[in-house]
Amino acid sequence: MTSLKKLLLGEQGLVVIFALAFLVVSLTVPNFLTERNMLGLLQSVVTIGIVACTMMFCLASRDFDLSVGSTVAFSGMVAVMASNATGSILLGLVAALICGGLVGTVNGVVIARFRINALITTLATMQIVRGLALIASDGRAVGINDPSFYQLALSRFLGIPTPIWVMALFFVAFGFLLNRTVFGKNTLAIGGNPEASRLAGVDVARMRIWIFALQGLVCAVAGVLLASRITSGQPNAATGLELSVISACVLGGVSLAGGRAAMTGVIIGVLIMGIAENVMNLLNIQAFYQYVVRGLILLLAVLLDNLRSSAAGRRA
Amino acid sequence: MQDFLEFRTISKGYPGVQALSNVSFSVKKGAVHGLMGENGAGKSTLIRVLSGDQSADTGEILIDGKEQHYRSVRDAFHAGVIVIHQELQLVPELTVAENLWLGRFPGKAGVIDRQQLIGVVSKKLVEIGIDVDPSVKVASLSIGERQMVEIAKAVMLDARVIALDEPTSSLSSRESEILFALIDRLRANGTVILYVSHRLDEIFRLCDSLTVLRDGKLAAHHPDISKVTRDQIISEMVGREIANIWGWRERALGQERLRVEGISGPKLRQPLSFSVRRGEILGFFGLIGAGRSEMARLVYGADARSSGTVSVDGTLIQADSPPHSIRSGIVLCPEDRKFDGIVQGRSIEENMTISSRRHFSPFGIINPKKEGALADKFIAKLRVRTPSRRQDIINLSGGNQQKVILGRWLSEEGVKVLVIDEPTRGIDVGAKSEIYEILYELAAEGMAIVVISSELPEVMGIADRIMVMCEGRVAADIPRADFDERRILAAALPDVQNANTPSHAQAR
Repeated sequence: MTSLKKLLLGEQGLVVIFALAFLVVSLTVPNFLTERNMLGLLQSVVTIGIVACTMMFCLASRDFDLSVGSTVAFSGMVAVMASNATGSILLGLVAALICGGLVGTVNGVVIARFRINALITTLATMQIVRGLALIASDGRAVGINDPSFYQLALSRFLGIPTPIWVMALFFVAFGFLLNRTVFGKNTLAIGGNPEASRLAGVDVARMRIWIFALQGLVCAVAGVLLASRITSGQPNAATGLELSVISACVLGGVSLAGGRAAMTGVIIGVLIMGIAENVMNLLNIQAFYQYVVRGLILLLAVLLDNLRSSAAGRRA
Repeated sequence: MQDFLEFRTISKGYPGVQALSNVSFSVKKGAVHGLMGENGAGKSTLIRVLSGDQSADTGEILIDGKEQHYRSVRDAFHAGVIVIHQELQLVPELTVAENLWLGRFPGKAGVIDRQQLIGVVSKKLVEIGIDVDPSVKVASLSIGERQMVEIAKAVMLDARVIALDEPTSSLSSRESEILFALIDRLRANGTVILYVSHRLDEIFRLCDSLTVLRDGKLAAHHPDISKVTRDQIISEMVGREIANIWGWRERALGQERLRVEGISGPKLRQPLSFSVRRGEILGFFGLIGAGRSEMARLVYGADARSSGTVSVDGTLIQADSPPHSIRSGIVLCPEDRKFDGIVQGRSIEENMTISSRRHFSPFGIINPKKEGALADKFIAKLRVRTPSRRQDIINLSGGNQQKVILGRWLSEEGVKVLVIDEPTRGIDVGAKSEIYEILYELAAEGMAIVVISSELPEVMGIADRIMVMCEGRVAADIPRADFDERRILAAALPDVQNANTPSHAQAR
């Protein structure tokens, strides 16, 4: 019993849970372990996976961002509308990145400089930005004029769709950023103890603004890929994304109290979310039930986090 | 009188540490029993086992001859054992009376009987002699008053054993005296008090008997405290004789290094000026609230200045923020290590290199080899006791944490001015000497050091010069040759009438 507990709550606990779940699902669910389904699964988690990279930084520094879903929808919208208007996909992408980065920067400045609670701030911007997306599109989906925009999501490299490559690239890049750079270590330090970090010479306010700005930029990338995949800018896209992303991060061992995060954990968290949804689809479980399951996974994740930190506390 | 509380062969291990091994001793009814030992000696673990927060691996606790098998704080509670921790467990937004009734409000059908609520409490408070209005919110009370309320709560719950963990660590000397008087009354009622403290003065003032722990083992048990001496207890705690823990020696002083001119801030209204020479250790002494820590934070730029300038080696420092100060060679080891110093949950290495890592991180990419080598260098140089640089800093004792913070600044190389606020608060005797030794070495290398301390013997022991602060201004500037306990204390006390208080009336 205790060794099982140790295994599940320890450093590698998540990997073990994931491996077990994967094995069970592969053996019991028909059509799960096929190339087509695997690629489909990965493609379905691209948005969550990409946004989780920066959400991890956000949570690790003791912050919170609820506005990611809205930002994804808004920047996807901007990308489509700007490229339709200018006839240049590149300009569309740049516009989307600018808008995403701007939303993130505003979040960061309000939170870090004006010292407004991150939950409240991003709850507000979540609604404001969703509103902007609706206003810009008059509430309707905006179709893509230039078909080569589709190619962002449809193109393949070595048989694997580009968005999956982008996600993989982000995983590697942000894993490096977290573990091997001053930025990453300072993020963890801020989450561990903001005041001590400030007195140790870390410019906490600037770090937080950067983290949110980065989050906005990354949301824009996710938004563009999403728009390309659904072949339009949808003002109602990615609703509830923030919850899935936070669930994935927490499931991946990112502490909501800050100071603890690992990229591998987040990747596994994202995959667990994806597998759960994929399996439910394969088993033809009604979409309504999927909400319940997603909620249960989140609860489980928080519970695990709690058990893990009390186990860590006992070790100390 | 018979033994009322007995620990029998208590052992408790954590992975990698045997926190307690075979600890046995007993306390008589109506006795105040001191529990001493260096940090990490096992006091906290013993208290935790007593409180039911953790259970012992082996051994048992007996209360009034009965073996106790409680598994939770609640069980301990029912057995009449209440532990009052340093972090008080009161709800600030509730009134004193509400706090005392918390969990079992008097009344019917969920409607609180306000008369009983206040009435019973005020009677109880008068009975045990606590002068606090039961209808005010706890948030409006001083720390000392909150401590009283916490004790009153224990008394309301009919506690037969009350354990106090460093109760005076944040009390003024007046508040401490009130607390001691209360403890005397509880003793007269037959309550057993287990009193954990670092302060020998208090132990001798209060305790009837004493246990000293060392490395998780019973180092000494004194059923009658009048038969032991201070030096004996100190050597029992550290296991060796410490001749002179200060070890101050003459040093050559150089030119002026730090110059502070008329600084003031929101919490330090009157402009303050002073200077420190190369190789000099300047001590700041004063009562709590005299403005010493505020001064330190202003010098370092931790808080924004409203006026004044700081210059190092004659060069004015342009802005006031920690990054600017660090780059100009001024660093601060803050007063409250836990909240302002260490980053919990991160490794010793990361805590040490948090600032200096920018030096070996081109484009912000850390060189892990250099980082590890730097951390190892200062772990060795400062004799930080740890199995590895990757240990979570929270696992270190206070003294070793302080060394890591010092390492954080020494690894910066160009430090010219070190401001260290309460260098040895909560640090055991052995590690104290080591930290003083480090300060002397740094001073000898030409650093200007500002030491702030509430412990008069400490400031007098290690400083070359003392500035006494009182109510936000400098009350005296005394060179080492003229150090005199009474004179310094007199200058620190706001009211001249109080200048003749006996020397045990310490700074806090």
